[in-house]
Amino acid sequence: MPILLRCHPGIGPTVAAAALVAKDNFSARYDLDRKAGTFSRPSHALAGQSYVGKILVLDTAKGGVATAWMLHEMSSRGVVPLALVFNRVNPILAQGAAFGAVTMVDRFDGDVTDLIQTGDELRIDPAAGLVEILSR
Amino acid sequence: MPMRLTEEEEAMRAGAFGEPRRWAIKHQIMVGEFFDAADLVPVSQAHIMADTESLGEAGVAFLEGLATQPEVERRVRVPTLTDPRGLDLQTYKRLGQTEAMASLEARAIAALRAFGVLMTDTCINYQTIMPPTRGEHLAMGDTGVVIYSNSVFGARSNFEGGPSALAAALTGRTPRYGYHLDECRRPTRNFRLTTSPRDLSEWGALGGMVGRECGSYWEVPLIEGLEDPPRSDALKHFGAAMASYGSTALFHMPGVTPEPAEWAGARPEPVTIGRAEIDAFVASYGATGDKIDVVVFAAPQLSLIEMSAVADALDGRRVHADTTLLVATSPEIKHAADRMGLTGRIEAAGAVVAAGICFYQGYAGELAEANGWRRLMTNSAKLVNIIGGYGYRPTLASLECCVDSAVAGRVV
Repeated sequence: MPILLRCHPGIGPTVAAAALVAKDNFSARYDLDRKAGTFSRPSHALAGQSYVGKILVLDTAKGGVATAWMLHEMSSRGVVPLALVFNRVNPILAQGAAFGAVTMVDRFDGDVTDLIQTGDELRIDPAAGLVEILSR
Repeated sequence: MPMRLTEEEEAMRAGAFGEPRRWAIKHQIMVGEFFDAADLVPVSQAHIMADTESLGEAGVAFLEGLATQPEVERRVRVPTLTDPRGLDLQTYKRLGQTEAMASLEARAIAALRAFGVLMTDTCINYQTIMPPTRGEHLAMGDTGVVIYSNSVFGARSNFEGGPSALAAALTGRTPRYGYHLDECRRPTRNFRLTTSPRDLSEWGALGGMVGRECGSYWEVPLIEGLEDPPRSDALKHFGAAMASYGSTALFHMPGVTPEPAEWAGARPEPVTIGRAEIDAFVASYGATGDKIDVVVFAAPQLSLIEMSAVADALDGRRVHADTTLLVATSPEIKHAADRMGLTGRIEAAGAVVAAGICFYQGYAGELAEANGWRRLMTNSAKLVNIIGGYGYRPTLASLECCVDSAVAGRVV
């Protein structure tokens, strides 16, 4: 029986993939090697790990406006997370998801980085404001 | 909840004003509904971050696509400025940037000009182009510009990433959420200072600590305990670092910032920041004795006063042969610095003065590879926070210590 998590209605198409979870924040400029598709900032909780095709589950966004363009650019090369699931995003992540057509949701009841574990298979329905944990 | 649209906005969405404005308002409605905005609010200025490292080929092609639409359909509706570019066509070869980068930059510039954008290429427009006024709604596209405009001037802007700032320029409005609303502007976090920052690097350190503690775009810090009113460059470094470490967009500083700070609920106990905390923050980036590859004065771009301080510190000295010293300022300040002899004094010491760029927006990763750079030194707390992901090891120090180190070729 899937576990259902409700959130605020989000952006982008319905998608399904495995989760990559950390209690850390996110900026495409600050944290990523966008060519290799990995987290490059040494102090990031996901340093060295690939984000390509994963559903990233993190706390919030860091400073910087570049992510708004970068998600689109990363998407054009297919070196992009499949979706972003956050406790609370800032405008830049929302604008970037809208421009880059990347699935994104936030605002859950509870800390989403506790509710979801790395490796969980998720299905995200942004229009309905729903995340299903299909298997763990 | 669907946003309330005026007749004109409905027509824009239906394409009556052409494809660029149709794209723009559709993007704004998607973002506005995500944040539960009730409607759109007219803005008086837009400011677009569009460096080509962020845009890539895909972003430049997107701009070029809109730029080929009929002129009446693509012209911006409000004065629209640009944030620093990725490359200065006068200095890029000296820094190891490539012809491919320059070519992409030229294409982006041509596309932006086709919209009627003013190519100011600056993140200090509040010091040099047109300072905002209190209550003015804006669509500002640089976190440092947003936090300074909101806090020091009492203007109203969210962080507007490049696509959203362009959308605001094309429609003349932006979704009314976040810092356009009174209820989001009340302080939520409380900080008390027991010491005063001694220079710009420490103002940045202080901003970094407050931002890190807040940790969210939706938190609004109130800072009290300052002995003297800070200067514009101090608040520039303070706000830019806070926005970088915390994604913070507004702070209150009673006696300095203009808005009355009314707490939404009970006033929280203050977090105290003193000399020991500032020293520890700076020391966390320390690397005394290490060889330095590049010293950077940027992020934010330098004011004329900062340019003068760099020139004074370099007079009669020579940057070490194995170290690059880069200074980035706005085109307006560069012209002034040329005219007043500051550029000549800085470059006589072997430093490079670039106009209209910022270091981290200029292919920093590729520059590190091309030049073999790893240890970077700067007086910008914002830059030390950003640049680690590009493979640099950053050190934070005062302007004078940075210059002494650039001359020695090692962190002193």
